[in-house]
Amino acid sequence: MPKDGGIGASTLRREDIRFLTGEGQYSDDLKRYGQAAAVFVRSNVANGVIKSIDTSAAAGMPGVLAIFTGEDFVEVGGNPAGWLINSRDGEPMKEPKRPVLAHGKVRHVGDAYAAVIAETVEQAKDAAEAIEADIDELPAVVNMADALSGNNYVHDEIETNQCFDWGWIEDNRAATDAAIKGAHHVTTLELVNNRLVPNAMEPRCSMAEYSKSSGEYTLHTTSQNPHLTRLLISAFVLGIPENKLTVIAPDVGGGFGSKIYHYGEEALVLAAAKKLGRPVKWTSDRTEAFLTDAHGRDHVTKIELAMDAEGNFLAFRTETMANVGAYLSNFSTATPTFLHGTLMAGNYTVPNVYVNVKAVFTNTAPVDAYRGAGRPEATYSLERVIDKAAREIGMDPIALRRKNFIKPDQYPFASAAGLEYDSGNYDALMDRMEIVADMAGFAARRKESEAKGMLRGFGVNAYIEACGIAPSNLVGILGSRVGLYDAATVRVNATGNLSVMVGAHSHGQGHETAFPQVVSEMLGIDAQSIDIVHGDTSKIPFGMGTYGSRSLAVCGSAVVRATEKIILKATKIAAHMLEADASDITFEDGEFSVAGTNRKVSFGEVALKAYIPHEYPIENLEPGLEETAFYDPANFTYPSGAYCCEVEIDPDTGKVSVERMTAVDDFGNVVNPMIVTGQVHGGLGQGIGQALLENAAYDEDGQLLSASYMDYTMPRADDLPFYTVDHSQGNPCTHNPLGVKGCGEAGAIGSPPTVVNAVIDAMQSGGKNVTHIDMPVTPHRVWSAMNNA
Amino acid sequence: MTNVTMTVNGKSVSGDVAGNTLLSTYLREDLNMTGTHIGCDTSQCGACVVHVDGKAVKSCTMFAAEANGAEVSTIEGQANSDGSLNVIQQAFQDHHGLQCGFCTPGMVMTTAALLKDNPKPSVAEVREHLEGNICRCTGYHNIVKAIIAASGQDVSAIAAE
Repeated sequence: MPKDGGIGASTLRREDIRFLTGEGQYSDDLKRYGQAAAVFVRSNVANGVIKSIDTSAAAGMPGVLAIFTGEDFVEVGGNPAGWLINSRDGEPMKEPKRPVLAHGKVRHVGDAYAAVIAETVEQAKDAAEAIEADIDELPAVVNMADALSGNNYVHDEIETNQCFDWGWIEDNRAATDAAIKGAHHVTTLELVNNRLVPNAMEPRCSMAEYSKSSGEYTLHTTSQNPHLTRLLISAFVLGIPENKLTVIAPDVGGGFGSKIYHYGEEALVLAAAKKLGRPVKWTSDRTEAFLTDAHGRDHVTKIELAMDAEGNFLAFRTETMANVGAYLSNFSTATPTFLHGTLMAGNYTVPNVYVNVKAVFTNTAPVDAYRGAGRPEATYSLERVIDKAAREIGMDPIALRRKNFIKPDQYPFASAAGLEYDSGNYDALMDRMEIVADMAGFAARRKESEAKGMLRGFGVNAYIEACGIAPSNLVGILGSRVGLYDAATVRVNATGNLSVMVGAHSHGQGHETAFPQVVSEMLGIDAQSIDIVHGDTSKIPFGMGTYGSRSLAVCGSAVVRATEKIILKATKIAAHMLEADASDITFEDGEFSVAGTNRKVSFGEVALKAYIPHEYPIENLEPGLEETAFYDPANFTYPSGAYCCEVEIDPDTGKVSVERMTAVDDFGNVVNPMIVTGQVHGGLGQGIGQALLENAAYDEDGQLLSASYMDYTMPRADDLPFYTVDHSQGNPCTHNPLGVKGCGEAGAIGSPPTVVNAVIDAMQSGGKNVTHIDMPVTPHRVWSAMNNA
Repeated sequence: MTNVTMTVNGKSVSGDVAGNTLLSTYLREDLNMTGTHIGCDTSQCGACVVHVDGKAVKSCTMFAAEANGAEVSTIEGQANSDGSLNVIQQAFQDHHGLQCGFCTPGMVMTTAALLKDNPKPSVAEVREHLEGNICRCTGYHNIVKAIIAASGQDVSAIAAE
């Protein structure tokens, strides 16, 4: 049994109290004396030349304090891409400038070209409507294939819509081609990974304050990584010295990737706060969120799987077009490449993998990492083509996967896509899945469905992902322009309780509960005496924030290292207090004792001595008890899982319902099982949403057709089932001190192919020879597929 | 401007509001009660649900002036008088029915209205009732479970952790 509040305990979340009583403090909940409101003026065309912007009428309207246009920011830097990708020919990717406000041209619907600051939001909105912009609309570039073949460029100055043409691994290309050419059987699948809008329930919000006397800025903003936001604003965009800028991400209402990035609105409110000498706040409305938050996915892919006569995998070859939208969002170039191509060996011993990705500029909102980020795209392609292959060669889809799984004695395993998997046991996951999903009962459940006139299908999936990003040296070689360590400071207060400052940011993940469990376990003191401080650059060490299922694996490891330093120093203080040698001191359950004696001091007594260092070995030991650690991982972590689901299709309408959904994951060690299960639930909800409901649809003019909750189908409670989640089959990560792998994205990675595989199975069971259907699997698509089959 | 007087969480409040001021804006900006959240522009998300004269209302679709004379209750008034969580709030914590917390006030208020009308709802009834409340974090599993638990019904058959 885990200790209460220690590692392995399902401790209830302490942060829940404020969220349940209305005391959460989200960015838009903050109000300052003299606060003004910012409203953006956004393009309603997808592509156009800004011929003139007349702000004179607006400037004279009630309450208007200032108006900004792109002209005001031509001298400052652009919002940079965080990852340099080189094309197959060695050419660096194209990096058009992404300005604070559009200048010269607007490039997607929602592209902001002006901003009004007024006393109230209503006054700013009224004035925004009075701004007269003469924008010469041009044809929009929306479809990726057209973008690559045509000569209508999103960015005139780069004279191409291809950002890069990337090959992974280029040296494997010839061998992969040869393996496919000589194979007994090749299965080919063309598919679309549908474009999604992250839709954190809290819209983005930024409030800036400026002190004329000190030159200091404070930015409260909806961010998953306040230090990274500060760095981008300081080093690239506005040039504010880092020491004069504090970025605070208070309570943040979900992120899912969309709040990793720096956005122009943050720079605008900072500039406005300085100009006016007043706090300036902007809060996105939902339509703005749809139009301007970085979207996710949007790949068009052709994948081939080559097999020998026994069903052994010989090669995977993938060609993908990845939409990056109108501008490069901060990690948009890493998502379709190193978070996608490197995973294209999946869970398999396949010897040859080659991936080609062409990233494409279009007149649409920027696309970047959304929950899973590249790994859902990889898993979807692999697990759909494997299912299709199984059907083509008449083999059970689970048996085909098992035949090609990496076996437990093969770790560490060098995958054909360039990663070294440290641990796993995919057969054990599949074994467990078959039990907890009651696979044996499927035949009877299918009969019951058929008796009701419904079709029932079973779908399965095996996934692996790379999390805990990332080893800085490795990602540096691969093009990252940042390090991806994290940091923690453990401060033992004089009275023996603790404040732990972490670089990770919690926006739903429960860090305020889970991180103290780790420290409590190590120090043997009550978790309630340990508090986490996060989200404020003036209080926390320079960490890289939360995304890529990295918080516990990377920042949690930094917490462990810092706590180890605390124990080391506290042991020296205890040794002095006990008049013993430090090597004779043992530390257990919060007490230091001299081995073989009954002499002991408590952790609290040692803390007090550190801060009131009377009779203290001051010549050998500094007073105080506070330690910082930076942790840079040695490798990615590799969570894996076996998922299955059962769907019912109503053949009269084509409506699909997910009746059972089972997720068996290997997350390594688990600190708080309740929170981990909740993370999987959320990922499953989003993954089923992608599979059945969600689609960010642009028309040929670049208008976003699904730009509100009336048009974009968010999963509701009655769209989703209860889930069966199991993480009993953990194989601890071999290279971080907690043995954890990360759980935040798994559900969103593993579920979409599971659902689609089940839909295909259901249609096949009804005698319809449908071999593929694109997401979202809407009633219309299913009905059409069945009636055209 | 119109003068409005209403009772919010048992206390009488009064103020001048513009005719187009929404109840959600009045609560957040004038009364500084920021537990009521704004998550969309189209009355879909339900983060702003409050009770007006005992009925669940999306406060972003009602003018403050329309609540003149009404009894309004919000998330800030839900805890027990000793400050402890009420049955619904406690069930949400016990069953991990929230993550980022943004939709949570609306979920709690919607649940209170549901259980008042239907003290022992079925799972299907709960899911249907949540049609107007969107959560992006939880996949709804633990929200539905928490609501069933708050109604005093057995949740042991619903997958745990």
